[in-house]
Amino acid sequence: MPGPAITPELLVAMSPELLLAVGAMVLLMVGAFSREGALGIVTGGAIALIVTAAALVLITPGGEPQTYFGGSIVIDDFARFMKTLTLIGSLAAIVMSIDWMRTARLEAFEYPVLIVLATLGMLIMVSAGDLIALYMGLELQSLALYVVAAIQRDSSRSTEAGLKYFALGALSSGMLLYGCSLIYGFTGTVELEAIANIVGREGASLGLIFGLVFLVAGLAFKVSAVPFHMWTPDVYEGAPTPVAAFFAAAPKVAAMAIFVRTLISGFPTITPEWQQIIIFVSVASMLLGAFAAIGQRNIKRLMAYSSIGHMGFALVGLAAGSEAGVRGVIIYMTLYLFMTIGAFACILAMRRNEAAVEDIEDLSGLSRTNPAMAFVLAMLLFSLAGIPPLAGFFAKFYVFLAAVEAELYPLAVIGVLASVVGAYYYLRIVKLMYFDEPAPAFDRMSRELATVLGISGFVTILFFAFPWPIIQAASAAAKSLF
Amino acid sequence: MSGWPILSVITFLPLVGALFVALIRGDDAIAQRNALFVALWATLITFLLSLLIWIYFDPNTDEFQFVEEFPWLGGAINYRMGVDGISMLFVILTTFLMPFCILASWHAIKTRVKEYIIAFLVLETLMIGVFCALDLVLFYLFFEGGLIPMFLIIGVWGGARRVYASYKFFLYTLLGSVLMLIAMMAVYWEAGTTNIVELLEYDFPAGMQTWLWLAFFASFAVKMPMWPVHTWLPDAHVEAPTAGSVILAGILLKMGGYGFLRFSLPMFPLASDVFAPLVFALSVIAIIYTSLVALMQEDIKKLIAYSSVAHMGFVTMGIFTGTVQGIHGGLFQMISHGIVSGALFLCVGVIYDRMHTRNIDAYGGLVNRMPLYAVAFMVFTMANVGLPGTSGFVGEFLTLLAAFETNTWVAVLATSGVVLSAAYALWLYRRVVFGTLEKDSLKSIMDIDRREIVILAPLVLLTILFGVYPAPLLDVTAVSVEALAQDYQAAISAAQAQDSASLGGL
Repeated sequence: MPGPAITPELLVAMSPELLLAVGAMVLLMVGAFSREGALGIVTGGAIALIVTAAALVLITPGGEPQTYFGGSIVIDDFARFMKTLTLIGSLAAIVMSIDWMRTARLEAFEYPVLIVLATLGMLIMVSAGDLIALYMGLELQSLALYVVAAIQRDSSRSTEAGLKYFALGALSSGMLLYGCSLIYGFTGTVELEAIANIVGREGASLGLIFGLVFLVAGLAFKVSAVPFHMWTPDVYEGAPTPVAAFFAAAPKVAAMAIFVRTLISGFPTITPEWQQIIIFVSVASMLLGAFAAIGQRNIKRLMAYSSIGHMGFALVGLAAGSEAGVRGVIIYMTLYLFMTIGAFACILAMRRNEAAVEDIEDLSGLSRTNPAMAFVLAMLLFSLAGIPPLAGFFAKFYVFLAAVEAELYPLAVIGVLASVVGAYYYLRIVKLMYFDEPAPAFDRMSRELATVLGISGFVTILFFAFPWPIIQAASAAAKSLF
Repeated sequence: MSGWPILSVITFLPLVGALFVALIRGDDAIAQRNALFVALWATLITFLLSLLIWIYFDPNTDEFQFVEEFPWLGGAINYRMGVDGISMLFVILTTFLMPFCILASWHAIKTRVKEYIIAFLVLETLMIGVFCALDLVLFYLFFEGGLIPMFLIIGVWGGARRVYASYKFFLYTLLGSVLMLIAMMAVYWEAGTTNIVELLEYDFPAGMQTWLWLAFFASFAVKMPMWPVHTWLPDAHVEAPTAGSVILAGILLKMGGYGFLRFSLPMFPLASDVFAPLVFALSVIAIIYTSLVALMQEDIKKLIAYSSVAHMGFVTMGIFTGTVQGIHGGLFQMISHGIVSGALFLCVGVIYDRMHTRNIDAYGGLVNRMPLYAVAFMVFTMANVGLPGTSGFVGEFLTLLAAFETNTWVAVLATSGVVLSAAYALWLYRRVVFGTLEKDSLKSIMDIDRREIVILAPLVLLTILFGVYPAPLLDVTAVSVEALAQDYQAAISAAQAQDSASLGGL
């Protein structure tokens, strides 16, 4: 079979990925060959690349799914939506790092380049139509992330985080690969659509189920769902805060996207087989996220457990296995992205005398020392807890709506009860900010952080007034998978 | 009156006021005063506008009026507002009580006045929304959204144990409500809509009704609050600032009763019938047990809080008789209790502002220095007891009448609660107001000033007016209540007829 011809359509369809790939290499050269002050240029270039890539994703017309490279790459509404989200997350991560790099006196021009490369990996993941593309995108992303976690190489905490992430990440990649090879062995193909056909015709053999379990385990690691969550709190705590902010947002979105695509496109006829795994993972994540966060004093660790819980909630939608469920996952990830970016912008703004503080007690009395930040953070926390009329409520609403439709009542009930437990630790931070006596004020928030926080707060608070554009786009995206 | 969306205007007007308050610069005395005036005007205008609803309300139909509809979440979930005879008075009650809350906070709140005002105005928007919403999701949005401002009001401006009380309030109510959310989703998939008007017509299968009823009950019973899930209320009441207690007792508690009337009874009539004995039992326990507990209280606010639980017992008892008198009585009792308990908390606020204690033992003989106050307090105490001639009597009498018809024992036991309420209320009055004025700290206490007269006088008048002449309240609600009771009875007899028919066919 001859290789696919490079046609203009292919170039147009792949333009965001191509742009990021070429751009990242150019920026790397710029950084390597200019002596000093390259960070500013590279950062600016990276921002421009990501914005352009997002524009390219957005202008590609919607409609029927298109496949390229013999089915390896799928471009559909789902891919477009999740790519846009991923790019937003990456953009926010770079913007939020600017001020941090300045104060940490870290001249690491590699940082924006690595983020761009990770983003490239994520875009490929989101579009992956077969297991090879999936693995390729996943590894490109992961390798960039391992390095990013250890970017502050003088800090033992950062290197420890990088190493830990690498060791566990390699293990999970191994499991994923093992799962992929089993699936290939028992179906004779790596293409998701072809796998779906064969499984639909011949049913699921034991070997295939084995492969599926390993595949799901590998993906669960990437979204940090229980029982593959152990790395999350340590990496969040150890990695520099802007890196943790990046980890919490874009890679989660991309990993969740490929999770959904693999199971929905590849194994639609054996939904009950993987549904029980997802239900278990989801319940375990929600409960662990809710209970383990209660004891945390470090805000980054707390956010790590919170993100574990949120992945559990998002997986409720996937467990439903229906179009409404996928729509729920998409809406959940969208709103989660905005909320979590805002929360990390606040964490990055927790600086006293040029030094970052990370204890939640440091937020005491923030409502008096910085009322605007306290208000937005409080709204973000209420939203993360899922209290209406804030955005987080709608996120939970749509996933549970799908679960109820699929008659997964126990899952839905456990989920909402976990959200009540989870509300407790979010309330604790609100209590510190509003009820307690003030701690010394933080340094002035940088303009970049204030902008990011402003946008995130705006989306979180006012989503209820204009929900239709996002819900409509999410519905279209979900539809393209079925 | 269909030209402009009056309900939305009333609902969101306080929010506009809150925005204005947020724009006020500075935190000095002048800024605080401005904020209070903005809030007072915002709440007063809202109240006056809401009177338009009453004026233009057509009491001869049980249809929803002033209906508005805009696309919102897509599909079947839309922004729908409207009122009928059951919800209309709650809207008025909300807008009516708010100016009093602002006035009561005039001197009582010293710190962070702007934030306080914003929280209250946001809360008003959410409360009005609850009573106007004609869509399940919209209803839930307003219903739960109120937790955020109330949590902050209790926690920031509350008393010594405010943190505990605010957590308890928040988590307790949230826990009840999330189960209702799941039930709402089940309703959506079963009936294909969240439009309350259509859902009222929909016949849910009997087996499903049971589960849905229980899930809704979990939420409303906590909100109401019914025994044994009432324990958050005394804590929240005691720790909240005066205006917060007024809102809690006056309006937030009514959301539970409103929920029973709007959802449980008409949508799940068969389950309501099955569970009515349970509700009666819980109501009677609430009436007797919490009245006894109230007798033992040392704290004035706590005493009134427990008496609220007891009074809400009459409401649930009346509603679940499913008869016209019972529902009417429950509805009337809720409105009357909104005014009376709100007024009682305002009375407590008056002496608390002067003495900074709510301990009953710290008072005594107030009548010697505060005759006007003693009169106002007496009227509200009597209304709380349910003395004929006050508004408290009408509701209690109607609910007892209905209970007597349905189940004599329930009525007998509940009536003993009336005796007990007389005991604790009069004893409280005796200990606080009568006797000789012995305590030195009280020797220079001043009688109520102009602001406080403005607050208490209208409430005294309404309490007596609705006691002597309850027709204005009963007339506007009559048609809706009769339709509700009729549909309820019809649904039950239809189900019974079907049962006996299927038995006969065997």
